[in-house]
Amino acid sequence: MKARIFVTLKGGVLDPQGRAIHHALDGLGFGGVNDVRAGKLIELDLADDTSDEDIDAMCRKLLANTVIENYRVEKSSKA
Amino acid sequence: MKSAVIVFPGSNCDRDLAVAFEAATGQKPAMVWHRDTDLPDDIDLIGVPGGFSYGDYLRSGAMAARSPVMQAVARAATRGAFVLGICNGFQVLTESGLLPGALLRNAGGHFVCRDVALTVENAESAFTSRYAAGEAIRYPVAHHDGNYFADDATLDRLEGDGRVALRYGESVNGSARNIAGILNDTGNVLGMMPHPERVIEPAHGATDGRRLFQGLVEGLMARA
Repeated sequence: MKARIFVTLKGGVLDPQGRAIHHALDGLGFGGVNDVRAGKLIELDLADDTSDEDIDAMCRKLLANTVIENYRVEKSSKA
Repeated sequence: MKSAVIVFPGSNCDRDLAVAFEAATGQKPAMVWHRDTDLPDDIDLIGVPGGFSYGDYLRSGAMAARSPVMQAVARAATRGAFVLGICNGFQVLTESGLLPGALLRNAGGHFVCRDVALTVENAESAFTSRYAAGEAIRYPVAHHDGNYFADDATLDRLEGDGRVALRYGESVNGSARNIAGILNDTGNVLGMMPHPERVIEPAHGATDGRRLFQGLVEGLMARA
């Protein structure tokens, strides 16, 4: 089983990286970009019997810092 | 008086901190590797040094905070040992939950490496007892992720309880309320981005940091 963990900064938390990307897009002439937020994608290859609770615990204990970040889990059974 | 400095792969201020501990306590600190699971039972003072532990992978301090030795540090802190986290050490202490909040990327996006003006907000902690409340001092900073963040309720609680030990006297990294260093609720854990261990000898160009270590030693002697 594969799980993709999307980690994003909470709203209201400053994202200098996103801001720098936004500036760079502006510099390349791409108009109409209202905002950019950068996050992380973490891909896990898991034993098929891994529970949702365990995946959630991995996110809370390490993969995301819930003081500043949100996370979302996407599971797929395809290799 | 027993002190220890924790060493993670990628720590680079551990030896400077050891020199500062030895100058203040008169004894060499134990250098404790991140994989160790125990600290001496009677440890009085623990330093969590600056650097780039685990290459800042995932988040600054995230991997170090989950290393075996940090459970021993947490147990010692609960017992009342003094814990001083500087720069990456502050990030490790917030990631491990020993201090509230988080350190974000600097607001300007730049690595900041210079001396900065600080104000001693709370001069009653063991860490700051040799300073006067409101005293203006200068320590160097050298960090990319020093932008202190916590929700408003946490910030209000920190301010109300006198747990903001140090505040920047100038714009440095975008920290909430210009917070440079905070204490835990029992006053025996301090995390700070600036580097007091880099200003303890005249040869450093300044000695503003020396009193922090002297105050800690006095605090420990008063307890004994």
